[in-house]
Amino acid sequence: MLTWLGYFERFGQNFLRGAGVTLELTAVGLAIGFVLGLFLALARSYGPKWLQQVAGAYIAVFRGTPLLVQLFIIYYGLPEIGIAFSQNLAAYLALGLNSAAYQAEYLRGSINAIGSAQMQAGRSIGLSKWQTIFYVILPQALRLALPSWSNEPISLLKTTAIVFLIAVQDLMAEGKRAATATFDFVGVYLAVAVVYLVMVFVLDALLKFVERKTKIPGMDIETSR
Amino acid sequence: MPEPILTIKNLTKKYGENVIFQHLDLTVNEGDTIVIIGPSGTGKSTLLRCINLLTRPDEGQIWLDDMEITAKDCDEDQVRQHIGMVFQNFLLFNHLTALGNVKLGLSKVKKMSDEAATEKAMHELARVGLADRADHYPGQLSGGQQQRVGIARALAMDPRIMLFDEPTSALDPELIGEVLEVMRQLALDGMTMLVVTHEMGFAREVADRIVFMEKGYIVEEGSPDEMFNHPKFPRTREFLWKITELYGKKETDTN
Repeated sequence: MLTWLGYFERFGQNFLRGAGVTLELTAVGLAIGFVLGLFLALARSYGPKWLQQVAGAYIAVFRGTPLLVQLFIIYYGLPEIGIAFSQNLAAYLALGLNSAAYQAEYLRGSINAIGSAQMQAGRSIGLSKWQTIFYVILPQALRLALPSWSNEPISLLKTTAIVFLIAVQDLMAEGKRAATATFDFVGVYLAVAVVYLVMVFVLDALLKFVERKTKIPGMDIETSR
Repeated sequence: MPEPILTIKNLTKKYGENVIFQHLDLTVNEGDTIVIIGPSGTGKSTLLRCINLLTRPDEGQIWLDDMEITAKDCDEDQVRQHIGMVFQNFLLFNHLTALGNVKLGLSKVKKMSDEAATEKAMHELARVGLADRADHYPGQLSGGQQQRVGIARALAMDPRIMLFDEPTSALDPELIGEVLEVMRQLALDGMTMLVVTHEMGFAREVADRIVFMEKGYIVEEGSPDEMFNHPKFPRTREFLWKITELYGKKETDTN
């Protein structure tokens, strides 16, 4: 019954290597998603009309279609018009572009909640619109977004598992290889699941830590009128 | 001869069909404290927001000293540095300490060095009696203290004029006094102030002129003595009587 524990001994190196790739995919996807997501959120709240619409359309498309379809379009589709990516680059892009749409929505919600009152306060002492956004609104909005945004790294980490379909050598791919070698699908995937679970626990603890560290003294739930 | 700091001519503000105020004229001289009173919804707050360009008037002009700030080519951010604003709900930057709130404009707008900004900010906090609260966050301060930080934040920019939009309306009664005391001291120091308030004791004691606004018009303006003791219009008398009943009974008895 406990034979699956033995797989850690036998495939430990492979799992570790795969987990490393999984973490890399998560980190890069999250980073691309954050930068682009922040841009989209700001564009939707403060950009000119046309940019608001472009950002809105982007978010609608990337949240409204399956990540797997996006991944296949980027990896199999784009080479047909002359844009070819390596497997890893295609995976980074698909995860990042998709995550951006979700992160934009988390951030936009809290930017709106901090909103126009703080904008007035900032403008009243002579700060420009963008100075107010960067020095006043974002520092508060990012903190406010943190608890709900924390779902995104966790969800993304698990979502990365689909990239084995374009042969990126992540934890899932290593698992599949081990399963084929042993024919013990239940045991191997159980072991793989445990590795995912451990990563999620650690990530979750890290996020809770950041949340505690960035809390504003004297503020429990921060809202602004 | 007193110099006008703020001159408002023929100012009109509408939201769609809804006229907030119309053809308004007002002059504020250097060192004056002008108190604007009137029922809620008569455009007092909107007037203040027009003066510091947080909303645009539909017609009319505003001059700050010799500069027409309603002109199209006028740099709004430049203008606002010279007009201090104190909000009803304080609107402090919640992620910054009291010191950080006062310093932000100095570092980012006036581009002062960190050291100079800290020194200036501490001076302004001391002025409102909060030097010992410099490292507290807004969430750790009482409402009265928050509003005093709000005043210090505006003062730090060395404004030509300070606008107060019902600065004590969101405060518990026992915290109102400390804010009014700071404002009283400011007036004594010669700061030019335009104050929207229901605090009749303050108006009576500190104002050089009281302006009574109703339904988007200035009904009457005059010295506290004229307004309280010999108002020209029955409507002014009625409003002052009513509001004094509600807010400032004690102070008016002594005068």
